[in-house]
Amino acid sequence: MTAASQGKFLRSGDTALVVEFGDRIDRDVSARVLSLAQLIEAEAIPGVVEVVPTFRSLMVHYEPLVLSHGDLERRLLVLIDRITAQERPGRQWRLPACYDPELGPDLTDVAARTGLPVAQVIERHSATLFHIYMMGFLPGLPYLGSLPAELELPRRENPRLRVPPGSIAIAMAMTTIYPLESPGGWNLLGRTPVAMWDLRRPEPSLLAAGDKVTFAPISLREYESIRAQAEAGTYQLRPHSESAA
Amino acid sequence: MTAALRVISPGLMTTLQDLGRPGYQRLGIPVSGALDPISLRAANRIVGNPAATAALEIAYQGPVLAVEADSIRIALAGAGAPVDILDENDAARRIALLQSVRLVRGQRLRVGALAGAVAYLAVEGGFAVEPMLGSRSTYTRAGIGGFAGRAVAIGDLLPLARQTVDDREERMLPLLDLASPARYRVVLGPQDDYFTEAAIRTLLDATYTVSPATDRMGMRLDGPKLEHAKGFNIVSDGIAPGAIQVPGNGLPIVLLADRQTTGGYPKVAAVISADLPALGRLMPGAKVAFQAVSIDEAEAARRQMAALIADLEASVVPARHAGLIDDAKLMAANLVSGVVNARD
Repeated sequence: MTAASQGKFLRSGDTALVVEFGDRIDRDVSARVLSLAQLIEAEAIPGVVEVVPTFRSLMVHYEPLVLSHGDLERRLLVLIDRITAQERPGRQWRLPACYDPELGPDLTDVAARTGLPVAQVIERHSATLFHIYMMGFLPGLPYLGSLPAELELPRRENPRLRVPPGSIAIAMAMTTIYPLESPGGWNLLGRTPVAMWDLRRPEPSLLAAGDKVTFAPISLREYESIRAQAEAGTYQLRPHSESAA
Repeated sequence: MTAALRVISPGLMTTLQDLGRPGYQRLGIPVSGALDPISLRAANRIVGNPAATAALEIAYQGPVLAVEADSIRIALAGAGAPVDILDENDAARRIALLQSVRLVRGQRLRVGALAGAVAYLAVEGGFAVEPMLGSRSTYTRAGIGGFAGRAVAIGDLLPLARQTVDDREERMLPLLDLASPARYRVVLGPQDDYFTEAAIRTLLDATYTVSPATDRMGMRLDGPKLEHAKGFNIVSDGIAPGAIQVPGNGLPIVLLADRQTTGGYPKVAAVISADLPALGRLMPGAKVAFQAVSIDEAEAARRQMAALIADLEASVVPARHAGLIDDAKLMAANLVSGVVNARD
């Protein structure tokens, strides 16, 4: 267990163990993290409570009264031998996105700061196939990467106190979608009418780590129409499966 | 009519909590649950509930609740507080923590200021709210669980599972040791290498003070700053219960029940699971010191805590044995003012 790509065990108290595959945001690292998460879930190891994939590591929450740290590490070493850096085919979403300045109040500012026309900002954002590295910060909030380099910007100097749900935002090399109204410092490009988080659904979060996402530009009128259907519960967005490349 | 408790006064932050909502952290949903699960279990066992039943977590200042059911049975455990039963003409009768008591329609229960951070009010049969994602715990930030996803408010009717309870002999727990450890035990890591050696020494030598900015998400500590060795931004990773994260200002934050699932500040250490309930009881102004232990010591401490919990659940006795309580022992166990002998 020396090479970082092979995973490094780090303690986080007596009920969580970190398996770290790297120290930066990287698709190969992410593939390893998600691969180990899947192997652990398939194995259903007694004493493992849940796993949380992040950009560069997997956190394994466990009950040490059932599974000691030593036994957990032994079980994980066997699984780590079977991980793959190949991204697994996953769900692919095409999310309707309205890039109207009314819903994306930072659109013109992002255009000015990147030196791109507004239409180019929209074109580059919506032409990118994003990978969900992890979920976090809020229930149902995805960290999607990677943004084309020419759209990379820092967070806003003054975070907003209220970002509306569905807001599509960018910061650094990432894009995200705010699932709930929340404070937020990212640059807002538009909004999706699809609920990222809905407690009426058996699985309340639409997205999960490992999914792929593209944004499909829609008009303000289409946005209102889909939003009304979504609120009435008559709109359902389905993912399509990626073919195993 | 639906059986309920009517909220006359909500207290500072009264929420429904059970043992939490594990299993959804990969979607960004915090675990939540009682800050002091030992007191939650104790209150439940005294009224005869399964230990993991959801109960009201009362923080700092208690509520006033009116009984809108034929009869209910309650018990409180946790931080000491003056607790009174008020009847219709406002006559007050002081009651003890750690002992069940039956109330009837028209009576009110008044919980005063707590001598610690949290106490738990369990009701026989529990509250009639649907679990959300497997738990009734309230996570207010996203409006999940509990009563409408928020703390109780004036005028709320908190639905109860039972309209009436048997008029049987009351039960009590003779002793619940809520003493704070002299030093809270931690396991170093996962990012102790992000701190200077001097910072690690400071963490383990200094005495910190619980900041008033503490909440269910994290306990902020005031005291000596911890110096980062290689910056204070890491690529976000998972957050364990009790993790001690250190943001740019160098002041440690111990992450508690409503902790975020992931975060981008380095975590120097984590408080061991056996010491977390005691930490959850601390009020702003309390002193905290840390001591590093090995993972094997941490696991042994968790086994010991499990044995204590099993023992506590077996120690509930009929209240007629109340006279056997040794007041001095109660005080020594830090059951501070407000706890009175059930016979008084």
